[in-house]
Amino acid sequence: MIKQTLTPAFPSDDKRWRIVETAMKRSNYQADALIETLHAVQEAFGFVDESAMQFVSARLNLPASKVYGVATFYNLFQMKPAGEHTLSVCTGTACHVKGNDQIVEFLREEYGLNPGDTTPDGKLSFIGARCVGACGLAPVLIFDGKIVGKLSVDEMKQKIREWVNDES
Amino acid sequence: MNLDTLTLVSEQYSDELANYHHLIHICAGTGCTSANSMELLDRLNEVIKSKGLQDVILAKMVGCMGLCAEGPVVNILPDDILYRQVTPEDAEEIIDHLVRNEVLERLRLDTHLPFFTRQQKTALVNSGIVNPESIEDYIAHGGYKALLKVLTQGDRLAALEEIKRSGLRGRGGAGFSTGMKWQFVYEKSNSPKYVICNADEGDPGAFMDRSIIESDPHSVIEGMAIAAYVVGAEKGFIYVRAEYPLAIKRLRKAIREATKHNLLGTGISGTGFNFEIDLRLGAGAFVCGEETALMQSVMGNRGNPMPRPPFPAEKGLWSQPTLINNVETLANVPRIIEKGGDWFASTGVGKSKGTKVFALSGKITHTGLIEVPMGITLREIIEEIGGGVPGGRKLKAVQTGGPSGGCIPAEYLDTQVSYEALNELGAIMGSGGMIVIDDSSSMIELARYFMEFSMDESCGKCIPCRAGTAQIHNLLSLFVEGKATENDLEKLEELCEVVCNTSLCGLGQNAPNPVISTLKYFRNEYIEAIRRNPDAVERMEINHE
Repeated sequence: MIKQTLTPAFPSDDKRWRIVETAMKRSNYQADALIETLHAVQEAFGFVDESAMQFVSARLNLPASKVYGVATFYNLFQMKPAGEHTLSVCTGTACHVKGNDQIVEFLREEYGLNPGDTTPDGKLSFIGARCVGACGLAPVLIFDGKIVGKLSVDEMKQKIREWVNDES
Repeated sequence: MNLDTLTLVSEQYSDELANYHHLIHICAGTGCTSANSMELLDRLNEVIKSKGLQDVILAKMVGCMGLCAEGPVVNILPDDILYRQVTPEDAEEIIDHLVRNEVLERLRLDTHLPFFTRQQKTALVNSGIVNPESIEDYIAHGGYKALLKVLTQGDRLAALEEIKRSGLRGRGGAGFSTGMKWQFVYEKSNSPKYVICNADEGDPGAFMDRSIIESDPHSVIEGMAIAAYVVGAEKGFIYVRAEYPLAIKRLRKAIREATKHNLLGTGISGTGFNFEIDLRLGAGAFVCGEETALMQSVMGNRGNPMPRPPFPAEKGLWSQPTLINNVETLANVPRIIEKGGDWFASTGVGKSKGTKVFALSGKITHTGLIEVPMGITLREIIEEIGGGVPGGRKLKAVQTGGPSGGCIPAEYLDTQVSYEALNELGAIMGSGGMIVIDDSSSMIELARYFMEFSMDESCGKCIPCRAGTAQIHNLLSLFVEGKATENDLEKLEELCEVVCNTSLCGLGQNAPNPVISTLKYFRNEYIEAIRRNPDAVERMEINHE
């Protein structure tokens, strides 16, 4: 394979591409750091879209199909932008038996959200999270990265309503 | 750092701690930090400073104390007083009582509970005692002594022999002999070799590895370094779930500090041994807990499993010999080297030696993390240590091993915990998740829950797993919805067998286990579900005529 010598340009003049660039540089642009790089993209932008995948593929000298294959294999990488707030509902066993099954149902019925969906106004994204290992606090909700545990089903519903209606 | 400087650091730090009249340990695990324990720590420090007590009282963060449901948990030494559900507002009162040598009864938690007294700690020995973000504290508690002992003696075979003698078996689920695994890699002559720590704890309801890393990251690193020295590897990877941000942060810090003290890196402790560790983050794929899939992921690929053989010991990362051990397994290693294989083997039953960490959750009073000797009965774990089922409900079953495991019905509670005994019951030891189910739960729904998990997490590479888990899930849904017939029951059993026998990797081979074990012990629930279906009942009657 011919080694690519031209440095591909950033997809846009967004400064966050520098963060991605630094992450790749740290691993010497090694192809095996693809997942680390995608983590950096996701962390910087909140999602991994096509332009990001094209850029990473060119920079790490990997076929675009490979980057796409890896990015879509792992659940953590989101392909579209998330809402203003993200609600992850832990679907681990302990949380499931303690009421999170009803919360998943509630989000579907009340807001029409299935795991992975965002409300039409872009306010709230709902993610069904795998066990976060905080089973001692079951049932667990994660709101914008903060773990909230040990609430009753009604309290959880109440909290979600507050978050969704919060105008801030 | 050599053995002399290690001792010096240890003594200096211990002396420093001895100057304080009281130590306040605040739990800094995920459970307690989510309940604001770090704000509590800040507040305690403020109060201590404002009262001019900074020379007599030290407040420090420590790892998990186990009782996660009661967090934030605070332990005061040397008095050994335990406080639960402490808020930052309680800080002043706690300090005032401490100064007066009184106990704040309002928050007190009885330390004589069986939850504390019945445990025996090996892998978790530093948990709740050592500050996970301080290498000096780890060293002061005997840390890195085992590594330097092995390096100074320079006898790789002797160390290997010690691990073999201990009878330690893989704590990640399969229970393969750790000593044998090490020997396979040791015997390979090609280099480079690699060591991987599998911290991709994916079973829902399992949080042993997270807790060990968050509480005592250095013991995992030390165990890895010993393993690397014995098998002849110079490069290691820790594959950790991205869902564990605190564990990742602590590992990063621990690796940095260990490297700074030349306990990792080149020419460790003045010997010719080089070893460096890289972190690799998972990205939410359960199948990556399977070793061949994990290695693919470490190399930046899709986490698709590969057929075995060749086993990783032969052809692992980049086709080189690779040793893969689980977090808890590695955390046991420094203890075994320090105290000897015979010491470790003196605990346990049959071929299951030592202690095992379990994560208790579900319908149980004391949710949390425990470490108990192998051979303890399930009844002791659940009724004594766990405090039984709350709310006057009856225990129905215990689920072990998550989506790859099975359930154990209440009548087998007197079974002694060992790899063999649990296998015999159709459950598995698994990585240590133990979910208690009471009589309000339907076993079919539980089986469907696990099947949905396996179906979602199937990587899609082999057909039995990809299509089989989906079909089993559909069949189970018929039972849940009361639309199943006798024919469906037959199909379900047959399909489970096919998926078990023909799937490529452990995920598929074990995915039907929750169904098989509920069929075995709670068949009546399936039969009742068929009876709920009016069409099926009609047909059943025709058949019987």
